[in-house]
Amino acid sequence: MLIFEKSQTQRQAALQAPDIVDTVLDIPKELQRSSKAVLPEASELQTVRHYTQLSQKNFSIDTQFYPLGSCTMKYNPRGVHKLAMMPDFLKRHPLAPLKQSQGYLSCAYELQQMLASISGMSTVSLTPMAGAQGEFAGVAMIRAYHEDRKDNARNEIIVPDAAHGTNPASAVMCGYKVKEIPTGADGNINLNTLKAMVGPQTAGIMLTNPSTLGVFDQNIKAVAKIIHEAGGLLYYDGANLNAILGKVRPGDMGFDVLHFNLHKTFATPHGGGGPGCGPVGVSERLKPYLPTPMVTKENDSYRWLTKKDCPKSIGRLSCFMGNAGIILRAYIYCRILGLQGMHRAAEFATLNANYLQTRLQQAGFTLAYPERKASHEFIVTLAKEAKTLGVTAMDVAKRLLDYGVHAPTTYFPLLIPECLLIEPTETEAKEDLDYFIDIMIEILNEAKTNPELVTTAPHTLPIKRLDDVKAARELDLTWNFGE
Amino acid sequence: MPYIPHTDNDIKNMLAVIGADSINDLFNEIPAELRIDTLKNIPDGLGEMQTNQLMQEKASLDKRGLCFIGAGAYEHHIPAAVWEIAGRGEFMTAYTPYQAEASQGTLQLLYEYQTMIASLMGMEVSNASLYDGASALAEAVLMAVRANRKSKSKRILVAGSIHPHYLDTANAIVHAQGISIEVVPFCNTQGKVLVEAFATYENEDITAVVIPQPNFFGVLADVNQLTAWAHQHNALAIAVVNPTAVALLKEPGQWADGVDIVCGEGQPLGIPLSSGGPYFGFLCCKKTIVRQMPGRIIGRTVDSEGLTGYTLTLQAREQHIRRSKATSNICTNQGLAVTAATIYMSLLGFEGLKKVARACYANTHQLAALLTNIDGVTLMFQGHYFHEVLLQLPCDIDAVLDNLCEQGIQGGFNVSPYFPQLENALLVCATEVKTEKDLQHFANQLEFAIHQVA
Repeated sequence: MLIFEKSQTQRQAALQAPDIVDTVLDIPKELQRSSKAVLPEASELQTVRHYTQLSQKNFSIDTQFYPLGSCTMKYNPRGVHKLAMMPDFLKRHPLAPLKQSQGYLSCAYELQQMLASISGMSTVSLTPMAGAQGEFAGVAMIRAYHEDRKDNARNEIIVPDAAHGTNPASAVMCGYKVKEIPTGADGNINLNTLKAMVGPQTAGIMLTNPSTLGVFDQNIKAVAKIIHEAGGLLYYDGANLNAILGKVRPGDMGFDVLHFNLHKTFATPHGGGGPGCGPVGVSERLKPYLPTPMVTKENDSYRWLTKKDCPKSIGRLSCFMGNAGIILRAYIYCRILGLQGMHRAAEFATLNANYLQTRLQQAGFTLAYPERKASHEFIVTLAKEAKTLGVTAMDVAKRLLDYGVHAPTTYFPLLIPECLLIEPTETEAKEDLDYFIDIMIEILNEAKTNPELVTTAPHTLPIKRLDDVKAARELDLTWNFGE
Repeated sequence: MPYIPHTDNDIKNMLAVIGADSINDLFNEIPAELRIDTLKNIPDGLGEMQTNQLMQEKASLDKRGLCFIGAGAYEHHIPAAVWEIAGRGEFMTAYTPYQAEASQGTLQLLYEYQTMIASLMGMEVSNASLYDGASALAEAVLMAVRANRKSKSKRILVAGSIHPHYLDTANAIVHAQGISIEVVPFCNTQGKVLVEAFATYENEDITAVVIPQPNFFGVLADVNQLTAWAHQHNALAIAVVNPTAVALLKEPGQWADGVDIVCGEGQPLGIPLSSGGPYFGFLCCKKTIVRQMPGRIIGRTVDSEGLTGYTLTLQAREQHIRRSKATSNICTNQGLAVTAATIYMSLLGFEGLKKVARACYANTHQLAALLTNIDGVTLMFQGHYFHEVLLQLPCDIDAVLDNLCEQGIQGGFNVSPYFPQLENALLVCATEVKTEKDLQHFANQLEFAIHQVA
């Protein structure tokens, strides 16, 4: 039932609206509103109960194992959240005087420094509000760099077929043509294919390493050499940074620019689809183009760097300074983890992934790259089961929900048929991994003995599989008042 | 080990299963010359208690003043229930609802949000949010270029009275796609763009016109005329509005024959100021152009047994399906902020939101009356304003603001650096949270500060 269907005319949570003094509203009639908006008319308790009950229909990290590949669904520490919600931080206006903002600015500055160190980059700007905006900023900087050098013929960005969909979409937003490079059989980029692709038209390449295939591209130095010799730059998609924290740095691999996903590697809450935060880091040559504002430290006090300080900046990407509250959470998380904790994040994320990968392979599941070690994630392909048993990756994903586990990422990367991209993260205990293995084995048995149980799953959730075709054909995007 | 549950025994058993000697061996596919042993400049980790102490020290440096700054972010009362519920782990630690059956809570909430915000704006449809108001304007511009098939020019006219950061953001995001954003100057005495200012574009191919209401200066423009001008010239009309103000001001769907796209900053709907984010951008449009919309959209449908359910729909517009041909690169949006806004709108209702708007209007008008009683302080513009107003002071603004800051007052926003033609211009705002005593205190301190500085 929708909140609107629980509404009664005139009912409201009266306590929450201010008393109003009787003043004249001196606004011309033609600029005033005359109709009512369809907002709920409910008591405070009705609202609290309605949304509490809705929350209970969600799977979440706090309630379920959530091995969604490429999303790094690790524990979001409550202590971090609580500190970021301190009133002094929440009440700070984004345009408050610098003298009254040194606390927040110092956190942002220190995070910039730590992220630069982690990535092996020269400088970091925290302002992009999600990974995709970080990608946009990164590619826009690549473009600004070429334009600044009057190197205007470069109109192509190379993107692997395994890349996140945001990569090609971001390149197009920056005015580039996208050229897709296929992945080699070993999961690495084929160097000969790459050599044949690059030229004076190449602006750069966008890569994730370890890739979305869950393997580390061992040829990365050679890839960097080919791109740089062709005059292009390398963009690093930081979605998988959790796999290599403190082990290897994108800057050392030869990348010129990267984005971080604070909501992945740095444990800030995913919020049911955001907010994220996508800071960008660059090597020395791209530094002039970083998006503003950034924080600088002068004589022990902090201030904003704006376009005035950075005339070549690609500019501003939000009204203020990005997702400041997320930046704060990532800072606090970094301080709790410290140097040793960062090393451990990558180590235990990788241990958990390889343990799951080995156990699932032993249980008869087919790995997409059986010869390779997993990074912090890996891929199981159910192509064989789909063919012989008629049970698809989607079916297995839905059946997992019945067992109280969120499904892994399905049908991504697109080049692996019937795939599950599985990322357990470092915060899951061995017992929880073992449970996942047990139910995967159980579902495989069900697929053999009672396939319909799997192909019609889920059975235990508030609803069964939805009619997506109807949703798209007979668009119903808002509740119709009076319905 | 913080947040890592493994016992020594677990590690030993897991490595044995994998057939590796050590955790370090798991990284041996990474070429040795790339491996590092440690990171520089990362301090040692802290316990939760030490972290509390550290952060309390940091927070104490962000001294809270009595805040009269608006300029795109507004201090409103946030009912306790808003973040108590939005902060539940089931909302906060879920992700994008790809698995609809396991995400009905978030999905139904977003459907309710779409209904509320679309209705508030007088529009047919809404998406599930963008990053913030300024980036939402950039997406609205890109959407207009796709949607307006009659126009080939990719020329966008923007009222010069718009928030200057919105203009910068839109430029930064759209310029690489060959779109030109042209600023239409505002009237220096009225502080708004008059329809006469469009005369120079009479016979030109214009793709869209961007109309803020209230504008950056808090001034109300003749939005019906501006919308009509856009449509008479085959341009789409894009409204940029404040959601609180729209409770009292005419909703964009009713401006003349109705705007095509509405966007704006959702922060006033229950989102704390928190240094500028996370907020959320809202985006609504006419149903005829919904396929050009960026971002997630939730639709209502039925399951295999006919039960009502909610799901991500029109996904063929999006990057994870369409890749380089997507309407936008946006993936993660601002879901949690929208969760809070939905609960906020539900608690306030339309009547409550109108009262908030009314109280903001009244307080800002009372503040303006008090401040213009001070010698040398005048209203910069004639005409109607909503919950923000631009004042002209008889002296340098920065010096006055510095002085006020010492008295614990954040006395507004200095607009002159952005608009050199507006000398000593101070933008002030008083929302419903300000008491009569606060307003009087500000007036007294401002008078004092001006004496000190002038």
